[in-house]
Amino acid sequence: MSTLNASQSVYPVTVKQEEYRESILAIIVDNEPGVLSRVVGLISARGYNIESLTVAETDEEKHTSRITVVTGGTPSKIDQIKAQLGRLVPVRRVVDISEEKDSLERELALVKISSEGEARVEAMRTADIFRARALDVTQASFVFEVTGAREKINAFIDLMRPLGLTEVSRTGVLSIRRGAEKD
Amino acid sequence: MSIETKAKTDDATLITKPGAELLLDALEEQGVEVIFGYPGGAVLPIYDALYARDTIQHILMRHEQGAVHAAEGYARSTGKVGVVLVTSGPGATNAVTGLADALLDSIPLVCITGQVARPLIGTDAFQECDTIGITRACTKHNYLVTSAESLPRLTHEAFHVARNGRPGPVLMDIPKDVQFEKADYVSRNDARTRNCIVVPAPVSRDIQQAVEMLRHAQRPVFYTGGGVINAGPQASQDLRTLVQATGAPVTSTLMGLGAYPAGDPHWLGMLGMHGSFEANNAMHECDLMIAVGARFDDRVTGRLDAFSPGSRKIHIDIDPSSINKNVPVDLPLIGDAGEILKALLTEWQRRDQATPADRERLSGWWESIKAWRARNSFAYDKSGDEIQPQYAIERLYELTKDRDVYITTEVGQHQMWAAQHFHFMEPNRWMTSGGLGTMGYGLPATLGVQAAHPDALVIDIAGDASVQMTMQEISAAVQHDLPVKIFILNNEYLGMVRQWQELLHGGRYSHSYSASLPDFVKLAEAYGGVGYRAKTKQELDGKIMEMINVNKPVIFDCCVTKEENVFPMIPSGAAHYDMLMGGAVTGDEISDAGKVLV
Repeated sequence: MSTLNASQSVYPVTVKQEEYRESILAIIVDNEPGVLSRVVGLISARGYNIESLTVAETDEEKHTSRITVVTGGTPSKIDQIKAQLGRLVPVRRVVDISEEKDSLERELALVKISSEGEARVEAMRTADIFRARALDVTQASFVFEVTGAREKINAFIDLMRPLGLTEVSRTGVLSIRRGAEKD
Repeated sequence: MSIETKAKTDDATLITKPGAELLLDALEEQGVEVIFGYPGGAVLPIYDALYARDTIQHILMRHEQGAVHAAEGYARSTGKVGVVLVTSGPGATNAVTGLADALLDSIPLVCITGQVARPLIGTDAFQECDTIGITRACTKHNYLVTSAESLPRLTHEAFHVARNGRPGPVLMDIPKDVQFEKADYVSRNDARTRNCIVVPAPVSRDIQQAVEMLRHAQRPVFYTGGGVINAGPQASQDLRTLVQATGAPVTSTLMGLGAYPAGDPHWLGMLGMHGSFEANNAMHECDLMIAVGARFDDRVTGRLDAFSPGSRKIHIDIDPSSINKNVPVDLPLIGDAGEILKALLTEWQRRDQATPADRERLSGWWESIKAWRARNSFAYDKSGDEIQPQYAIERLYELTKDRDVYITTEVGQHQMWAAQHFHFMEPNRWMTSGGLGTMGYGLPATLGVQAAHPDALVIDIAGDASVQMTMQEISAAVQHDLPVKIFILNNEYLGMVRQWQELLHGGRYSHSYSASLPDFVKLAEAYGGVGYRAKTKQELDGKIMEMINVNKPVIFDCCVTKEENVFPMIPSGAAHYDMLMGGAVTGDEISDAGKVLV
C-alpha cells in the first residue's frame, strides 16, 4: 500500500495558513423577528467568537437590516462562517468587508476620564488631536465622543488609560462601500 | 352596528376562512396527501378542520418523534415533502430528535406545531415552550406565524424552503388564536414568497474542466451520496450512464445506496468505517475523486490527514458550505447533482470519440480493484446451525429481491450489516438514519413508507435495542392497517456499543447487555399484530416467507449469534488503508488518539 505523500494537486488548493485574522462581515438580512438570534446563534454554536456586533434596519422599503459582525479565525474558518451564514433563509448577502479594498469602517466610542491637574490638560489635548468632542464636563471628569476606525478608537483608549480612563462604551463597527455601488 | 357594516361583515365571512382552514387549503394546494401527527390542545382547531376533509389522510402516531420519522420515511421513499402535525410544548419538544435527524440527512419536511394563543406567549402558559428557540438549530428554517393573514403565504414559503436547495425540515409554529382568526386565502402562485433558495446552474467552463480531468485520470472513482437520491430518479439514471460511459468504479455512502445498482461490475460497495475493502482502497489510491452529493463525513474519511492523499478532487454539492468543510477540494461544482451529472454526461459524450484506448487507460486500475475484491471483505463464518446476522440479511434479500421492497433500519450493527448484505438496485428504497444516527428511526419510518406505497413490502431491519425506543408505533401500524414488517436481529446486546467496548475498552461490557428483553412474539400479538421467531437456519426461510405473506404488521424475532462484530472496520482515528478485517480481536486495535473520537 502506498505511503502517505503530499497532495499532487495541480489546481490551486486552499492554502492552509493557520494564522488568525480578524474579519469584518456585513450581513444583509430580511428584517424579521429572530433574524439576529439566528445569525448570532449560528456563529456562537460553532464556537466562533464575536468581538463586536451592530444591527439596525437600513432599508425600510426592502425591509432589510445590516448586521456588522467583527469575528476572527483562520481563513478557512472565516470562509466556513460566511458559507454557513449564507445558508440562513433570511440572509440575503454576506460581504467580507476586511477583504474589500473599497470599504469604509467606522465606530463611535464614549470615553469617561476622571482626573485632575496636568492629566486633565493632557486628556483634553489628546482628545483634540483625535478630534474627540467633550460631551460632558465636570470638575473631575470628562466624557469624550470619538469616531473612527477600530484602530483609531483603540489608540485613543490606550492613550487615555494613564490619564484616568474609567469607562468606555462602544457602538461596534459599522461598514459601507465607497463609491456609487451598493452592497 | 349599522345595517351597512353588518352586510359588509357577512360578505367578508363568505370569502374569509379561519386560519386552520387556510392552512389545510395551502397543504392541499401543495399536494399533501398524508399527515403524520398527534393532536393536543394547541392544534385542536386544525384537527377540527381536518375532520371534515377526506382529501388529506391523517395517521395517528403514538409519539411525536415517531410522527417525524414516519414523515421522513414518506419523504425519503417518494421524494415529496413529509408533513407532521403536533401540539405545543411536549408535542414540539418530542419532535426535536426527528427534526435534527431530518436536518442532518437533508430530508424535506414541514412540521406544524401548535402554540399557545398570542396573548399568552411568554407567560409560561400550560404546554407553552419556546418552540422557535428550541428548534432554531435543528431546522433549516422556522416560522412563528403571527397572523392568519400571513399563514397561507408562509405555508407556501415553508414548502419552498423545505423542498429547494439542500432539502431539510421547516417548522411552522401557529398560535391557537391564529388558527381561529379569519383571513383570505392566498394561492401558491399569488403568494409573494421570497426567492430565498437559489441553486446556481452548472458553469460550462467548470464542467469542461471536470470532463478534462476525467478523461485524463488513470485511477478515477465516483463517490456518491444522499444528494444523488435527493436530486431525483433522473439523477440516478444519469449517474449510471456517466459511470458506464467513463468506465470508472463507483462507491457510495450509507445515504446514497441505491443510486447505483449493486451487482453492476462498476459497483464497489459502500465505503467508510464499515465499507468494503475495495471501496476504501479505491478511495485511498485513486488519482481523481468525483464526490457527488456527498459531504466527506468523518465516517467516510477516517483520519483526515491520510485521506486519499494522491488524488485531485471534484466536489459536486448543492450546499456551498459543504465545499472545503472537511477536505480541501480542487474543483467545486456547486449546484443540483442531477443537473451537473447531466451536464457532465453531455460534455463527456460530446468529446468522446470512441477511442478504445480509453478503456486501456483504466485497465491497471481495474486490476488493482480486482485484487482488492478478492479479499471478499464482507465474508463471515457461516458454520453452525445458529443464525449469523449477516446470514439472516442475505436470506431476507434473496427471498424479497423480486418484490417491490423498501427497507428501513434502526442504528447499530444491524444497520451496517443491512447496508453490506442487502443490495439495492433503485434509489428511494433505503431509509436509514445516517447523520444523526437515531436509534428508533426505522420502525416509525416504515409507517411513512407503507402509507406512501400501500402495496409494497416494507421491512424495518432492526436491532433488539433500537426497536424498543419507538416500539409503541406498532400500535399505529395496526390501527391504520399498515402491514409493516419489523425484522429484529436479536443478539440481546446493544450490539455496536458492545463491539466498541470489545475493541476500545478491554471487553468491559458496561451496561450494554439487555437483560429481560420482552417476548417479541407475544408483544406483537398484544398489539394486534403477528409475531414470528426463528432460532435456526433450517426454519429461517420458511418463517421469512410466512412473514412476507401475512397481510398484517409483523414483529419477527430473529435470534442471531450474540457476539458477532461488524467487519471490515476502519477504527476511529485510522486511515482507509488501515482496516480491521475481522477474525480474532486483540484489544489494542485503536490508538489512544482514536479513542477520544466518536
